[in-house]
Amino acid sequence: MQDFKFNKILISLNAFVPLILFMWDGFRGNLGTNPIEFFLRTTGVLTLVFLLITLAVTPLRKIFRWNGLIKYRRMLGLYAFFYGTLHLITYSIFDKSLSVSAIVSDTFQRPFIAVGMLAFTLMIPLAVTSTNAMIKRLGKRWGKLHKLTYLVAIGGVVHFYLIVKSDIFYPVVFGLILLILLGYRFFEANKPSVKQTKLSS
Amino acid sequence: MADEKIKSSEITPESVYLNRRNFMRAGLIAGTTFATGLAYRFFNQPPPPEVETAKIETVKTTENILSEADKPNSFKEITNYNNFYEFSTAKSSVAEYAKDFVTRPWTVEIGGMVNKPKTFDIEELLKFEQEERIYRFRCVEGWSMVIPWVGFPLKKLLDQVEPLGKAKYVAFQTYYDKKQMPNGRYAGIDLPYVEGLRLDEANHNLTILATGLYGKQMPNQNGAPIRLVVPWKYGFKSIKSIVKITLTDVEPPTTWNISIPNEYGFYSNVNPEVSHPRWSQATEQRIGEFSRRKTLMFNGYGDEVAKLYEGMDLRKNF
Repeated sequence: MQDFKFNKILISLNAFVPLILFMWDGFRGNLGTNPIEFFLRTTGVLTLVFLLITLAVTPLRKIFRWNGLIKYRRMLGLYAFFYGTLHLITYSIFDKSLSVSAIVSDTFQRPFIAVGMLAFTLMIPLAVTSTNAMIKRLGKRWGKLHKLTYLVAIGGVVHFYLIVKSDIFYPVVFGLILLILLGYRFFEANKPSVKQTKLSS
Repeated sequence: MADEKIKSSEITPESVYLNRRNFMRAGLIAGTTFATGLAYRFFNQPPPPEVETAKIETVKTTENILSEADKPNSFKEITNYNNFYEFSTAKSSVAEYAKDFVTRPWTVEIGGMVNKPKTFDIEELLKFEQEERIYRFRCVEGWSMVIPWVGFPLKKLLDQVEPLGKAKYVAFQTYYDKKQMPNGRYAGIDLPYVEGLRLDEANHNLTILATGLYGKQMPNQNGAPIRLVVPWKYGFKSIKSIVKITLTDVEPPTTWNISIPNEYGFYSNVNPEVSHPRWSQATEQRIGEFSRRKTLMFNGYGDEVAKLYEGMDLRKNF
């Protein structure tokens, strides 16, 4: 087996570890007092974790000249989408009893739901256009479209920040990491190139 | 020069090379999944073992005002899902952080606008006639439980100190000790925790000072050794581990109201019609159930308490 294939399996196995442990705890009746809230929170946090890992690929690749990393970015993004979908399904079933009108009115009444819904909705076109065929078809526009990932991640962190009552520790940690990842891109984009430096001197 | 040809025995046979690679890969799989599993466990720890507390002699069991639909939650549920920010902001972690909380000696100082201010020792308060009261408990976060409290009406205590005629409100304060509650500094709310009731609410028969649950003295995480229980209000009004009660003529400040005034009002009566910016209050998730129930006005205690609020706009006075 090629290393590339093996690494993909390795990433997938690790991505499923939380889900497997959740099911294991479920079988043994160890999910705590409120399993619904627990699963909702866990899938939400995992969505953010995978979003941040996805956004870390480019900086790591450039800083450590570790170009091969790019090959795993798509699957990392899709795991973010996977956990985000589980998060939304859990909310729709257990919090809103699958009532569309309840979900819609919740979205318009509660800013944190609105932000979360928007972030999730923006992930859909990204997941849909993640195939090789779509990348070819969209050409340069693909890169532009997938810059939406930044908005998705910002929305995800804001969503998290808005739901906590007073202890903002974890939302702030996620926010700081996101700030570093986006800040890196900002400075890279605005760095004067070598040529320009020469001309100006 | 000696023959430089590599002996065939020195070449790693392909099968060994592949085995070595497979071995390393197996190691990578085992190592990384184990580390991921550990990270998961670190953030999701199993509940600590139950702590036994002394039994309480209840002399009176009030006739059960709850229907069959309101079966009490288990001791394990009640003691492993707590909002007690002095110890932790994670409901499942409070039991662990509160397990060494020292609640003896303990006194409750009662003063302000009263004829006979007095500091009660907890042992004195435990000598009040203890009743079992099985109440619904509705948290503002949209979950609920049924809890068999043990305690006595607050009125019995207030009668002993004789509130003055001008006293209109009762203010409560929770114990706060940074040494015992080091996580309090991360709570994000001002501590010590303070709460308040109107005097007529405080004197209502449903309002109790709870000293225990399930016939045993109060577990630390539920507000040992003595706490307030006001069953028709959101849970945060039922202040824990009380050290001070003050009668006053002005509406006392309350912790969550200070923190976010547009979300948490002074009254905070359970009201399915007044929506909260974060949580719909129309329904609730009863712990142990997987579908939501309708939330009842005044948490189902309207017959007893609605008259306290006659003529008041409960949307304004939320």
